Amino acid sequence: MSKPDCAAAGRWEHFAHGADLGVRGFGATPADAFVEAARALCAAIVDLATVRCEEAIGIECEAPSLDLLLVDWLNALVYEMAARRMIFAAFEVSLAGEKLRGRAFGEKVSRERHAPAVEVKGATFTELTVREDRPGRWRAQCVIDV
Amino acid sequence: MDSSRFEKLSDNAWRIAPFGAMRVPAIVYASESLLGEMDDKVFTQVTNVAMLPGIVRASYAMPDAHWGYGFPIGGVAAFDAEAGGVVSAGGVGFDVSCGVRTHLTSLTRKEILPVQEELANALYACVPVGVGAEGEIALGEEDMAAMLRGGARWAVEQGFGRAEDLERIEEKGCAAGVDAAAVSEHARNRQRREMGTLGSGNHYLEVQEVLQIFDAKIAKAYGLQQGRCVVTIHCGSRGLGHQIGTEFLREMAVAAPAFGIALPERELACAPIRSELGQRYLGAMRAAVNCALANREIIGHLARQVFARFFGEDELPLMFDVSHNICKTETHLVDGAARELFVHRKGATRAFAPGAEGLPATLAPYGQPVLIGGSMGAGSYVLAGTKESEMRAFSSACHGAGRRMSRHAASRAWGGRQVVDELRARGIIVKSPSMRGVAEEAPGAYKDVEAVVDCAEAAGLAKKVAYLTPLICIKG
Repeated sequence: MSKPDCAAAGRWEHFAHGADLGVRGFGATPADAFVEAARALCAAIVDLATVRCEEAIGIECEAPSLDLLLVDWLNALVYEMAARRMIFAAFEVSLAGEKLRGRAFGEKVSRERHAPAVEVKGATFTELTVREDRPGRWRAQCVIDV
Repeated sequence: MDSSRFEKLSDNAWRIAPFGAMRVPAIVYASESLLGEMDDKVFTQVTNVAMLPGIVRASYAMPDAHWGYGFPIGGVAAFDAEAGGVVSAGGVGFDVSCGVRTHLTSLTRKEILPVQEELANALYACVPVGVGAEGEIALGEEDMAAMLRGGARWAVEQGFGRAEDLERIEEKGCAAGVDAAAVSEHARNRQRREMGTLGSGNHYLEVQEVLQIFDAKIAKAYGLQQGRCVVTIHCGSRGLGHQIGTEFLREMAVAAPAFGIALPERELACAPIRSELGQRYLGAMRAAVNCALANREIIGHLARQVFARFFGEDELPLMFDVSHNICKTETHLVDGAARELFVHRKGATRAFAPGAEGLPATLAPYGQPVLIGGSMGAGSYVLAGTKESEMRAFSSACHGAGRRMSRHAASRAWGGRQVVDELRARGIIVKSPSMRGVAEEAPGAYKDVEAVVDCAEAAGLAKKVAYLTPLICIKG
């Protein structure tokens, strides 16, 4: 697989939720929407344009439903970023039934260069949705606790 | 929320009679104005909590309540194991045992001001803050296990704190009933380099001046003197608690149907107290409580080192340390009978009455200190637990101002630099690695903390003791 472009324009957005923040990704497939939701997650922490894609981390998850799989995917990213002191900005995802295989690209976090705004504690079930809004347009979203 | 949906119990208490699957009523403590500001989701969430098995007396919301996950932030609910009661990972939240501690100093504003900038820089350099920050302590397997079992007691044994602090911490600095084996490898990995770190978001270390005393007798007993400065720390169980919250929330949400529990929303994820899962969560959660207590003890130690360098004063006696995201086993009177209950306080502070068991002897006659964090600009309050609070909400009070604006909206409304400059003009120095983080925590994003504590006092949840205003704020 070729290395994704960390500076690629995204089809993601944030939405307001009380004390926290919602992340939402769109894509032609659920996997694409998962990629964009992951970008939204990391954009809550840093400006993605400041992140260099120097290292790739492999991630695998399994869940009984697509929406739980989204939460597991985002929480796996939260874990990897916290444990490795990294920040990610680009992703690859492939879905097969209840299984997800993905890669996250990024670098060690730098307080000076990235000026990370918030630490994500975890992805939640609040406003959790993975659905096809119309043919060929998937949405993957949930609220993250920051 | 529209007050017409409630039965008015008093000017500061509103009741929702049980409907649908609610097992008990819901009670919201708020003035009409605070109630009006609350999101409708608080209504949904406080009534959803009332549907959970084994809930006792009522589902409560404190005056700072706002939309949370499953439980409202500012939610209080007690469950009886004998009555099939549950323990809820959603009812504790991701930041297990997030809480506040306040250290006393003998210093006045006048003594701080000449070195205010240097002191702020030194605290900012000494206390690891923000995303990716690492502490000096690297925990190996043995140290991790000892920390999870020992809490602040472990920190003191390692030389990061004073033995006399322990008396001033909930549970004397060490939660019992820990099951270290229930703490996953991932949770441990997240914590290895995070001891003594502040985190980000609304967590802070502040140097504050005691600006106003409301109850001289209690303030004196607490060691608070008008014009003297204190050091207040707000943070929790860091990555370890976040990971435990994440893992058990999922496991409980998936397991609920097997327990015959119909969850009104998945975030209310819970398990019977008397189940293997319920017990395992309690064991892991208590380990996270100890992690939070140790973490705050270490940060207090770091602050002491800085103050010793500047002022030759390193005692900084601990006034109190109390958590506001927690489930605790407590005995409460219900219909005249003492019952052992599992009290969930999610963004709510325990507020034990004078004479309550577990309070240090020197504080017992006056009630437990209740530490209320305000925003960077509006200041903070110290309250005291009251006798009435036992009947009002199982001895609980508010925990902060509560947000009135989302992070998203706040970062659009203000720039971080603008907030820092405005606060500096008011004599408050803010240090943070992230200007966007500062914007999201702008004072204007929070409700009026004075209105919240006035309501808490009028409702009988706690009594006002002192008002603190910040001079230095270290934000994550």
